[in-house]
Amino acid sequence: MRPGGSAKPPLSGWLDTVDRAESTPEVAQPYAELGLKPDEYARICEILGRRPTSSELAMYSVMWSEHCSYKSSKVHLRQFGDKQPEGGWPQLLVGIGENAGVVDVGDGWAVTFKVESHNHPSYVEPYQGAATGIGGIVRDILSMGARPLAVMDPLRFGPADAPDTRRVLPGVVAGIGGYGNCLGLPNIGGEIVFDATYAGNPLVNALCIGAMRHEDIHLASAKGVGNLVVLYGARTGGDGIGGVSVLASETFDADGPAKRPSVQVGDPFMEKLLIECTLDVLHAGLVEGIQDLGGAGISCATSELASNGEGGMHVHLDSVLLRDPTLSPEEILMSESQERMCAVVTPEHIDAFMDICRKWEVEAVVIGEVTDSGRLTIDWHGDRIVDVPPRTVAHEGPVYDRPMQRPRDLDALAADDANALARPHTVEDIRTTLLRMVASPNLASKSWVTSQYDRYVLGNTVLAQPEDAGMVRIDEESGLGVAVSTDCNGRFVRLDPYEGAKLALAESYRNVSVTGARPLAVTNCLNFGSPEDPEVMWTFAEVVRGLADGCLELGIPVTGGNVSFYNSTADTAILPTPVVGVLGVIDDVERRTPMAWGPDGEIIYLLGDTREDFAGSEWAHVMHGHLGGVPPRADLARERLLADIAIAGSRDGMLTAAHDVADGGVAQAIVEMALRSGVGARVWAPDQVADMATFLWSESPGRAIVVVPRSEEMRFTAMCAARGLPAHRIGAVDSGLGADTGHADEQVLQIGDVVVTLAQIREAHEATFPALFGA
Amino acid sequence: MKIGVVTFPGSLDDRDAARAVRLAGGDPVSLWHGDDDLKGVDAVVLPGGFSYGDYLRCGAIARFAPVMRTIVESAGQGLPVLGICNGFQILCEAHLLPGALTRNDHLHFVCRDQRLRMERVDTVWTNSFAPGEEIVIPLKNGEGGYVADEATLDRLEGDGLVVARYLDVNPNGSRREIAGISNPSGTIVGLMPHPEHAVESLTGPSIDGLGFFVSAVRSLVGTPS
Repeated sequence: MRPGGSAKPPLSGWLDTVDRAESTPEVAQPYAELGLKPDEYARICEILGRRPTSSELAMYSVMWSEHCSYKSSKVHLRQFGDKQPEGGWPQLLVGIGENAGVVDVGDGWAVTFKVESHNHPSYVEPYQGAATGIGGIVRDILSMGARPLAVMDPLRFGPADAPDTRRVLPGVVAGIGGYGNCLGLPNIGGEIVFDATYAGNPLVNALCIGAMRHEDIHLASAKGVGNLVVLYGARTGGDGIGGVSVLASETFDADGPAKRPSVQVGDPFMEKLLIECTLDVLHAGLVEGIQDLGGAGISCATSELASNGEGGMHVHLDSVLLRDPTLSPEEILMSESQERMCAVVTPEHIDAFMDICRKWEVEAVVIGEVTDSGRLTIDWHGDRIVDVPPRTVAHEGPVYDRPMQRPRDLDALAADDANALARPHTVEDIRTTLLRMVASPNLASKSWVTSQYDRYVLGNTVLAQPEDAGMVRIDEESGLGVAVSTDCNGRFVRLDPYEGAKLALAESYRNVSVTGARPLAVTNCLNFGSPEDPEVMWTFAEVVRGLADGCLELGIPVTGGNVSFYNSTADTAILPTPVVGVLGVIDDVERRTPMAWGPDGEIIYLLGDTREDFAGSEWAHVMHGHLGGVPPRADLARERLLADIAIAGSRDGMLTAAHDVADGGVAQAIVEMALRSGVGARVWAPDQVADMATFLWSESPGRAIVVVPRSEEMRFTAMCAARGLPAHRIGAVDSGLGADTGHADEQVLQIGDVVVTLAQIREAHEATFPALFGA
Repeated sequence: MKIGVVTFPGSLDDRDAARAVRLAGGDPVSLWHGDDDLKGVDAVVLPGGFSYGDYLRCGAIARFAPVMRTIVESAGQGLPVLGICNGFQILCEAHLLPGALTRNDHLHFVCRDQRLRMERVDTVWTNSFAPGEEIVIPLKNGEGGYVADEATLDRLEGDGLVVARYLDVNPNGSRREIAGISNPSGTIVGLMPHPEHAVESLTGPSIDGLGFFVSAVRSLVGTPS
């Protein structure tokens, strides 16, 4: 039996060569079906001085898609490069534009990290969509020359109790686990957020971190005339054809045809071999340039490698190893088959390269060579089917400065004050609210999900979910490590895109610094609705402006990321969701600050100012189904100060625990710390706070809870006072509260006059996911 | 003391196992699946992972690797072998241990800090534990449900070959809460949970896992190789 199924007719009924394109200018081409606009098609004809061949049309259509070309976002994203300190960013070794940015973390080590979206495929086919999302981001990291160290997944779903969420979420989680676990990368963090706007548009973002020595950094460029272009890894099949243009760049239409054939299928075993094989050929010094194959497959890899190198490349496409021998050249160029890489190798090294591939049982074949022709030429059994300037495919696609308009409902939303909502005041109401909040889907324990991910493999995981940031050790000798967190409260962004983006950045920055790591760099995945909607476009522009300004203020550059548009179904766009990932470095992971507090008697401090900030809060969402008001302003100077204190506290051994205060406010932070440690505490509101509900559920930024041993209390508070950071003494760890409160032999949390046992809170916190998604 | 760690295509915890050997005072030696030379090691660890993608059946392809021919032969002559997770599956497929590992009864992959009771503490790999000692080490598997026919289970229990048993919860539907078993002479041990992930307090839930590797290093000292 032949693999690959039945024969499919090629896009055009006959082989469309360059000669034929020149002699038959009148042939009507299906550019619209491939997602190209009439003026884009006209521009291709102008570039080539003739109509494109069907293969060229396939290449341009995928490479000029929104997903690959960033045509709607480019004019805004420039700010990430433009807004930088005088003399540039000192920590940046490789900036935006490569597969992933690279930062210097000291001791000759470099770290690369990036977050990407795989939203649309994951809605169509949750398991494979999420799985291949991991596979794709891991290859991005690998192609920089780094060994992948860990992954994490920021996820967004529709309402937790919606039937479709029960289809999508378990599939996505199984896909992430199924692929990542088999790949041998620990999953150390991420997010799971539910909101009605994500129904039909779940967000499945994937982040990967990798590390390498400075001298091992590799770039995607085809240098050296006569060098060979090698395609290695899995064979090319019919999966994911047109995935880029058909899936990622068009809004879902409820009546549209089934799109399953465009989703790629992953093989994590092959990816694991590809990782080991690639690291072997890189470390043996056999590679001049390297590029992963992801969206747009061979079209992307060849055109990008050629444009970044000598400017020319010749490819004999019939050498590509196929899973399905009936594939047409157009399909081979567009295929998004997973687990493939492309390397540029000198003729002297090719035998050694092939030997290593054989050792790992990875198939490899030379598909072309580097030229100085300035053209990317592709032949199919001796006939020329592509002859294009590669930069016009890879880098000189259309750029749109799309119309923008401030959303008309923003003023009305702002006027709908969340601080006016009824708050609980009685002991009983506060107790009820506390138990309901910790059980609500966004705040409930995510262990149903995270226990399906391997967090231990590689043996370097120092912190993993539910900690504030994931932390991995890079160097076993010195203890050098990195921490990463991803965050975004889309409700803040909806209410005020500029401030909301800064708040997402601030939260991620804070999550990294409370572990003791010094923030160094930023990646982001900007998930939005249709760029053709002026209100979405305005929101996007404001978010980019906010992030670029915020990064400059915090002194950390954006090193790369991804834009995902068209996350809308019919007229409903998702909450604008710029997921921000911050990377930090810690000199010695032994010094990290975890979130669990330690023994009896330690003192609990709330750092920062608590105001009445209920707009966009989880409390307003859960208790009132409310979204309105003016979100808090991000005070990034305060965030820097808070980070400095947390890092100094970690380095100097003044803190036993620390935890960021964000979604769900102080109440959620205290509950998570208590559950993590299994020891109770007595907590009280500081005088400065208006009322108990504000103390517990306001989401003022710039705050963290830290736990200080009594012996360090003087030193710590003196440091805070000297630096001007408010530190409120709000409690003490106390394992003996049970006896005082009628719960002998139990651990008890007492907040003001509210008394709950940890067992009661744990039951509420941990029952939600199993009840929704099965035991 | 040289302890070999085999890397199959798809092995994932080979580096972790080598680290554990080193921390226990042994010298880890890398063994390659396609090479039948055991490089004079005194014992072998088959690490966790998804050898050959776990295609066909967990461990079913790995048992035919050239290195396994030598290991099966040497194990018959007393070479100590520890199979962890996928390594346990390979030992069962190679018939060095009885029974099989099947899909978790709840059908999900599970990663958790698992409490175990050590039951057989006179094997090469468990002699540093006290009888009945309770330990916590990570468990992570999708196909970790230990099954065997009733007669085999009775024989394992009767002969005292159950090395460790799950406490608190049975995380994968294993028969009689069996987490690990041994051959009668105590040289070969198969274990579903991962002791190599519990060798440093920084990265593991405990350092209880170190005991397995310390046991081997200790019992091999003075053993003529």
